[in-house]
Amino acid sequence: MTDGATADALRFEEVSVTFRSGRRELRVLSGVSLAIRRGESYGLVGESGCGKSTAAFAAIRYLARNGRVSGGRIWVDGRDLMALSQAELRRLRTQSVSMVYQDPGRALNPSLRIERQMMEVFEVAEGVSGDQARSRSREMLARVQIASPDRVLRNYPHELSGGMQQRVIIAMALSTNPALLILDEPTTGLDATVEAEVLDLVARLRAEFNNSILFISHSLPVIARMCDRVGVLYAGELIEEGPASRVFRDPRHPYTVGLMRCVPKYGLRKSQSRLETIPGFLPSPGSITDRCVFVTRCANATERCAREAPPPIALEGHLARCFYPDRASELPRQSSLAPPLPTVGRAGAALPLLRAQHLSKTYQIFGRPFQAVHDVTIELWPGETLGLVGESGSGKSSLAKLLLGLSVPDEGSAIELSGDALPARAQDRTRSQLKALQIIFQNPGAALNRSQTVRALIGRSLRLVGLSGAAREVRLREIAAAVRLTPRHLDEKPRQLSGGLKQRVAIARAFAGGPWVVVCDEPTSALDVSVQSAILNLLVDLQAERQVSYLFISHDLNVVHYLSDRIAVLYLGRLMEIGPSQRVFAGPHHPYTEALLSANPSREKQGAERIRLEGELPSASNLPAGCVFHTRCPRKIGVICEREEPPLAQAGGGHAIRCHIPAAELGRVRAPARPGEPA
Amino acid sequence: MSAGAGAGANANASGAADVIGRPAEPPPPSSLARERWHAACRSPTLIAGLLILTFWTVCALLGAGIAPRDPYADDLLATLAPPSAAHWFGTDQLGRDIFSRVIVGARDILIVAPLATLLGTALGTALGLCIGYFRGALDDIVSRIIEALQALPLVIVALMALAAVGTSNSTVVLVIGFVFTPLIARTVRSAVLNETDLDYVAAARLRGDGALAIMFIEILPNVLPIAIVEMTVRLGYAIFFVASLSFIGFGIQPPSADWGIAIAENYSLIGSYWWTVLFDAAATASLVIGVNLVTDGLAGVLDT
Repeated sequence: MTDGATADALRFEEVSVTFRSGRRELRVLSGVSLAIRRGESYGLVGESGCGKSTAAFAAIRYLARNGRVSGGRIWVDGRDLMALSQAELRRLRTQSVSMVYQDPGRALNPSLRIERQMMEVFEVAEGVSGDQARSRSREMLARVQIASPDRVLRNYPHELSGGMQQRVIIAMALSTNPALLILDEPTTGLDATVEAEVLDLVARLRAEFNNSILFISHSLPVIARMCDRVGVLYAGELIEEGPASRVFRDPRHPYTVGLMRCVPKYGLRKSQSRLETIPGFLPSPGSITDRCVFVTRCANATERCAREAPPPIALEGHLARCFYPDRASELPRQSSLAPPLPTVGRAGAALPLLRAQHLSKTYQIFGRPFQAVHDVTIELWPGETLGLVGESGSGKSSLAKLLLGLSVPDEGSAIELSGDALPARAQDRTRSQLKALQIIFQNPGAALNRSQTVRALIGRSLRLVGLSGAAREVRLREIAAAVRLTPRHLDEKPRQLSGGLKQRVAIARAFAGGPWVVVCDEPTSALDVSVQSAILNLLVDLQAERQVSYLFISHDLNVVHYLSDRIAVLYLGRLMEIGPSQRVFAGPHHPYTEALLSANPSREKQGAERIRLEGELPSASNLPAGCVFHTRCPRKIGVICEREEPPLAQAGGGHAIRCHIPAAELGRVRAPARPGEPA
Repeated sequence: MSAGAGAGANANASGAADVIGRPAEPPPPSSLARERWHAACRSPTLIAGLLILTFWTVCALLGAGIAPRDPYADDLLATLAPPSAAHWFGTDQLGRDIFSRVIVGARDILIVAPLATLLGTALGTALGLCIGYFRGALDDIVSRIIEALQALPLVIVALMALAAVGTSNSTVVLVIGFVFTPLIARTVRSAVLNETDLDYVAAARLRGDGALAIMFIEILPNVLPIAIVEMTVRLGYAIFFVASLSFIGFGIQPPSADWGIAIAENYSLIGSYWWTVLFDAAATASLVIGVNLVTDGLAGVLDT
């Protein structure tokens, strides 16, 4: 055993972690055994609250004060972690293990230059200082492919973009050439194109440094791309483990199967099928000990599963904590056929429901103009879903706020609702105009007033339709039922609800007045995938029932593609491309759209070539002349791109692209094959 | 609707429920009110502070009813008697029983200081909500005025005001209430600024709620914990403030047995007759400490 332990970079043997809360002990990890061999990349995947980060902190013995490793043993780089003294532990943390966190902005000290922070690593770990530490820092930055390390060293963290900050942190983490590198959701806060770059970098550095990696993520496509082996955590138990290729091709635990089915497949559309969901709720930590942790949500469960906890069962080269690993692939599907969707578009209607013309918004920041949205013209037809994609800072949310009247557009902008001019400010709109245009926000925690009950939250919106008393209560229960809330939830406050339930309340509130258009601003990006699929199904159902139109904002292209009839691509507040989803996805596309599509991790498995964007996103207060994309465009054709802004040129079939290159010569992605049966 | 995800899940769940008895949903976490109550019961600072406040409140309410002797009765044969079995805290220059006077002396300060604080909190919260919600020019102007007022020593401001309108318990309440208003407004304003950035305020605008409804129905309940903690902080200052004003003759007026007045009447004797000052001073201090303990405890319980 000891020999095996020394050979591994990290080894957990039956590790349990408990947290004390009041007088109760909560077991957050129970009996987790895993081993990461030297040079191996191990992925830990699971939804929030499953214990992924706890496992990472246990691996460096850095649990919160009320937490402790209550059972089992941990070896890091061949040393028994629990037997180390404080001094040895400190040495281990500086030299053998490094950790990269989710939010790079918070991991760097905002008041110190990068130089000071990087040099400190060398001073503490290796005892070198001054010029030597500085030149080593420069060297490390060059190795994480930062083009101008000297400039970055002089910068403060806030002067760097998120992707650049994460590179600096990865450089710092690798400076000591640790035996084990722990990456805790390293790309979750980053845009898709930046995420793709950082993942490329990690993959390349791994080949170069040969460190072992513990890669923690909620994203199955990311883990599938980055890891040799994978462990799936559920309610603090490692329920499945094995080589990544095997686990993803042939999962043997019903939870893994369910989780993989929940992820919207590349190319799947709402008209084809509903999304899979996992029914039920994650049990609270440590509440289940005498039976299978997944039993309450498992369609394969039998009496035996409710009586005893399954041990890890070895299959060829992989483990699953399930009595019936062979039945996993037969797990009954939750979803049914797609609901009949409304007929979309111009055929049935004379006028677009919502039309925004030449919509611009310029903020003044320290006296300098900051163009959040520039000359955007879009139409939304009855029953239609228009997807809005773009990286952060592209103006998606600003555009939504303008349409809703939460901020006032520049002169020359016009918004029409069914052909009638809509006042710019929400305060100036009539009740029926307000009722017609509603929004579902990204973060349901902030969107729901925490001091009100669900009844009050939904009920106050029903006043828009002039209901009161018993009639209001009837309508309230009706709308709550439509978003699958039970009457019991009506008397609860937001903090008593899970993220998914909160978002259902927010959806109920948006639909309470009978809206025509609902703006969905990243409604599922704060939610886990199994909850996301249930919410997306709900949105599709509501659209089918109520013929509502959606403006659906998201950074997840698979989700946008699933839901949208048409897609608009924004870059720096400008509409770069707009058209029917199939056409936008199939091409020809704008070079920016092409890069976005290429960054999608679930597409990379299909062997499509990678297109990566160079350089940084320019600031909206200092826009490049000509085409705003020319500074990063992989297909820039010449001076014309720097001088002249291209028009939004028609490419046929309602598809328009803002590029100097003729549509016929723009890139095309092989049209996605009809999604086959997932593994 | 029949084809909904929930319906599908339910159908499935009921199919297997007899086998494994799956619950429909997890039990809801307890409500915030209950959690706060439990936290309050476990907070020694809060409980200690409340015990001290309860003690003085009982003294203020019952006053002469529980005092062993008549607090206003002179006894010229026993002036300036040191503490003894007959007079636990001794007697003053007129031979009045200091122990009884300390008990009765709680009444006026426990009326004036809380009322002043309540007035200041009510006005300050309303003002803070307005400037925090509307921002813009209103906020700029009012905030600068508040800063200017804060630069002045508050006791001097209060003294000038009382000198102008004449002193009485009700004018003291009004003056201290007004002096505290900008201080509380400032605290509430910053809490309101955080709230107005949250999307629930935008959602309220989108259903046509007016500014008053948004301020008082949507935002106020969420900033109330902060206002309450600020109120208890101010209550401590108010007690100190009233005692100081009484000491210099601009606060509570004789013949009240107020502690500040007693200290003012006797402080010249402190060298030889320490008991004439010590117990009134200790009473004032204990009341302020009690309020501050409650403040600390409440801040922990309300988690602000």
